[in-house]
Order: sequence, then structure tokens, then C-alpha cells
Amino acid sequence: MSSPDPSSPEKSSQQLIAANSIGISFADRVILKDISLTVSEGQVLSLIGPNGAGKTTLVRLLLGLLQADTGSIQRSKDLKVGYMPQRIKLEHTLPISVNRFLALSPRCTSQSIDELLNLLKIDHLSGQQLSSVSGGELQRVLLARALLGNPQLLILDEPAQGVDIAGQAELYQLIGDIRTQRNCGVLMISHDLHLVMSATDEVVCLNHHVCCHGKPEQVSNDPAFLELFGASVSEGLAVYSHNHNHEHELSGDIKPS
Amino acid sequence: MLQLFTTDFFIFALVAGVALALIAGPLGCFIVWRRMSYFGDTLAHSALLGIAIGLMTGSNLQLSLIVSSVILATLLAVLDRRPDISSDTLLGILAHSALAFGVVLLALTDSVRVDIEAYLFGAMLTITSNDLLWIVAVSVLLMILLSRYWNDILSVTVHQDLAEIDGLNAKRLNMMLVIMIALTVAVSMKIVGVLLITSLLIIPPATARRIASSPEQMALTAAALGVISVVLGLLAAFALDTPAGPTVVVITTLFFALSYLLPRQVATN
Repeated sequence: MSSPDPSSPEKSSQQLIAANSIGISFADRVILKDISLTVSEGQVLSLIGPNGAGKTTLVRLLLGLLQADTGSIQRSKDLKVGYMPQRIKLEHTLPISVNRFLALSPRCTSQSIDELLNLLKIDHLSGQQLSSVSGGELQRVLLARALLGNPQLLILDEPAQGVDIAGQAELYQLIGDIRTQRNCGVLMISHDLHLVMSATDEVVCLNHHVCCHGKPEQVSNDPAFLELFGASVSEGLAVYSHNHNHEHELSGDIKPS
Repeated sequence: MLQLFTTDFFIFALVAGVALALIAGPLGCFIVWRRMSYFGDTLAHSALLGIAIGLMTGSNLQLSLIVSSVILATLLAVLDRRPDISSDTLLGILAHSALAFGVVLLALTDSVRVDIEAYLFGAMLTITSNDLLWIVAVSVLLMILLSRYWNDILSVTVHQDLAEIDGLNAKRLNMMLVIMIALTVAVSMKIVGVLLITSLLIIPPATARRIASSPEQMALTAAALGVISVVLGLLAAFALDTPAGPTVVVITTLFFALSYLLPRQVATN
């Protein structure tokens, strides 16, 4: 599905994970149907779509936390995955410092923790209670947790959630830098349509099925895109183009045309 | 009062209580962190049913109590995943129906004279050397298990998905925790009784939370508070001629109340 683009910086990079027409239903409700996607080394793929579109379910399938009813998932041999969950429900009765939280991972060493805290500019949080850090800081702590052990694939579920606008851009910048430095693949769920464009190589729009996918730069230079989204683009908003060839019912089903 | 420490029944009560407190504190932390106190309560209430079945079948009471608690805990853990009944409703139904069944069955086994009150509130001073052996053995076993799997269970408690991705078997660890709680409840019945077991599991950790800044600190503080409460509670029970189990629970509650007079631990510590 990821059509090779000659202008793309990614060379013949190794494919890390591939979903082949996977699907899953809960209690007869189809959550995901016929989803195929691949993430390769050094590639950032963003998953966008409305609430309830099945984005988190797809991520859980890719992580192996859920089993797909149909289709298959191929992971490269000994794939190390770092996962940043959407939100972490902090139990206030559980006293735990940021440092100890990170040390819970079997992949950590005290040196790697210090390095990551430094990289994410949250050294000062090390001894603080996890329950006392702010929303933006918590996202960085969770990102640090995902980065422990130098994973080849990062799976981030709304990494910028609860982060202020300035912080969001910075966080996406950081994720981009990490991708460049470590040449890891990144798959992230995002709601921030504005920021998706600059931070991603490929966009997959999900609504129980793959509505559309493509490379954001390509799409944004498209005259049809400018015509369609000219107003918002001129305001400096980069919005992923939605060249849908179908419409949705409220239920998310495709409207018969 | 010093001569108390040379009497068998007092020493038995003391050692049993201390052994229980040492494991109840750390295990109770998980009950608090995972909001499982209602689960512990259900196990405790149902323990009476285990006693009744043990009496009716003439088997070893402690053993039948342990077996029935572990079976029930496993059942609860499995049923908990059913979507058609909320878990607190399920626990509520099981807790009280098992208690009722237990009392009815006990009444039917008229061949034995049963002191229901001893099972409801504990009979610390009737602890035999056999009871003591069970309590100490289970407590030591659980301490070994818990220290071996402490980090893993903690990891699953903090974030199950992250723990699983790190390669831990969350289902197995959760089941292990549930069975450990069941064992604790089963051996502690003689000490504080069905109605008060949960308090010994959750009040010391709740108090420890006020001063602890790490999970381990909270577990150790809870264990220490439990031990102090047992010792003070037993002495108070003798001095005031009050039932031992409830007196111990009163002492743990006093510590909890006292902890609110302390300045709150600074968050950054």
C-alpha cells in the first residue's frame, strides 16, 4: 500500500511490522475490517480518524495485546517495540517516583534512564512522584518509558495528549529527531491534524477500515487539495487531505453511493 | 502483665498475629492500589462456607478453608471478565450469599457445637499449636513468593499493557496475587474473623500511604504498623478484657486516624 516515492529519503529500509488485511469484532460489532499497513525503519506513519474509529484497537493488535480474528501480522525477527499508552490512570494510593516507574521496565539500566531523562529534558523529574508531574511532563515520562532499551519500532498512542500547543510542536519535533537519530520506525495515533503533516511520512486515515492513505507532502501540494483546503492552508494550518471516494453514515458504515 | 509473655496462649496469639501482619501489610498494599478491598471482603465472607463444608465432611478445617478460598478466588477472577454483570454486583451477591449459606449450613451441622462468633470476629486466644503452624507456614511461603514476584506484580499493577509488552504474563501474575490473598484470608480467620480480615489487609497500607514515597516503603511500613498493632492490640485486650481481634483492628484504625495529624508527605520527596 505504501507506494514508493522516488523523492522520499527512505532507502530500501527494512520492514519492521506489516499487518495483512487484519480484522476484529467485539460482540458482533466490527471494529476493524481488512486493515493492511506496514511500518519500516526510519518511517513515521500517523494514524488519524474519528473517535471510536478503532485506532487504539489497531495499535493493541499490532502490539500483540489483542489477537485479530482475521488476517495476519508479521513482525521482523526479534522486533523490539516501545509503546507509549494513550493515558495512564495514575493510582494516587501508589507512591512511585518517576525514576522507579522507569526502572520497572526490565530493559532499563540506571544509565539509560539518566540518558533518556536528559534527552527528553526532564532530568528534574527523576525523584518526583509520578502522580505529581504535569500532563505534558507525564507524556515525556511515558515517551522515555517507550524509548528504554532502544526499540526499533515506537508505537505512540496520542503522544501529545494533554500537552499545550507549544509543547505539542516540541514533542513532535522530538519524536522526529529520535526517528532520525535512531532510524527507528514510528507508528503514532494522532488527533492533531495540524501537526500530522509536518511530522509524518505517511498518513493512514482510519474509520473501521482504511479510508485513505498517502504521503502528506504530496497531498498538500496537490491543486485539488489547495482548492479544497485553501482557506485553512493559508491560515498556516496543514491539514491532511481527505480525498475520500465515499461518505460515511453516522454509524461509520460506508454510505451506498 | 509481663507474665503474659510466658503463657502459651498469649505467645501463640502473638506469634500468629505478627506472622499475619507481616504478610498482610505488603499484600494489602496491592489490594489498596488495585481497589480490590471488596474482593478481599467477599473472600472473607465466603470463608465461613468453607468452615461449614469442612465441618460437614469432617475434614481438616484449616485445609478445607484454604481449598474453598482458593477455589472461590479463582472463580471470581474468571467470572470478573464477564460483561453481563458488573464486578461489584457479582462480589456483593457472592459475599453475602456465601455468608448466609455458611451460617445456615453451620446451623444444620448440629452434631458439632459451633461458636459462630469465633469465626465472625476471631478467637485469637484459642489458637492452637496446629493453627499456629498453618499461619506461620503460609505466611513464610507467601513472603517468599511475594518477594520473588514483587517487581513483576508491581509492574502489572502500575500498567498492565506496558508490563505485558515487557514480556510479563499479566494473567498469571494477577491470578497469583488473587490466590495469595485467598491464602492470607484463609489462615487469618482464626485471628480476626470473617468480618474483620479486610481491615487488617487495608488499614495498615492506607496508613502507610501517608508517609511512604515508594511502593517498597509503603509495604514495609504497613507490615511494621500491622505488627505494632497486633502487639498493642493484644496487650490492650488483656488489660481491658476485650475481644482480641477487634481490639487489634481498633488499634490499626487509631494509627490511621493519627496519620492524618501528621503533616502530609511532600509530593516531591
